[in-house]
Amino acid sequence: MTHLTREPIAVAALLAAVQGDERGGTCVFLGTVRSDDHVTAIDYSAYDEMALAEITTLLGEAHARWPNARVTLQHRLGVIPVGEASIAIVAAAPHRDEAFAACRYLIEEVKQRLPIWKKELRADGSATWVGQPT
Amino acid sequence: MARVTVRFFARYAELTGCESAAVSIASDAATVADVLARVRESVPGAQQLPARPLAAINRHQVRLDARVQDGDELALLPPLAGG
Repeated sequence: MTHLTREPIAVAALLAAVQGDERGGTCVFLGTVRSDDHVTAIDYSAYDEMALAEITTLLGEAHARWPNARVTLQHRLGVIPVGEASIAIVAAAPHRDEAFAACRYLIEEVKQRLPIWKKELRADGSATWVGQPT
Repeated sequence: MARVTVRFFARYAELTGCESAAVSIASDAATVADVLARVRESVPGAQQLPARPLAAINRHQVRLDARVQDGDELALLPPLAGG
């Protein structure tokens, strides 16, 4: 499984990568594109090589903090329509507390650390980089 | 002489109209800031880059006073917006 994809995210495949008989709690986080301010889609781009290295580091950190949990994530790139997922994070652990904590940790770190950018696209043809003053 | 490949992403690639540029610096003690100054001189549109952009050398985020070496890849990163 690759951590960056240009296809719709297949959550079932992510779940299969982390679930197991000894892990009774599984947490799934999906980030989906919102329709704020007439947005119809977001175009995601990345510094792929650095993002992949950083994801490997993040997953290693989560594993070190919650050794009984198994975690993985996938970030989608390219044009993603409203309502579809840009990121999925899954964490499975013996008990729910660890699963929630690992999942929360990963999404917060993803937002701080991954070299990924988004451009909001609107029906009128206009486009805006998120967080990048023009 | 240090030859550095500078990569631009997202809005920075739009400002410069390119995704990468090769930059040569005569000094053997050049920093990211030195390369950035050369980029502003030599790459059209690069004057519009912010004064202190995020930077990464060979995929690791660094400060602007970090040294660059021959063959390095210097990436200029707009504010991160993953998720």
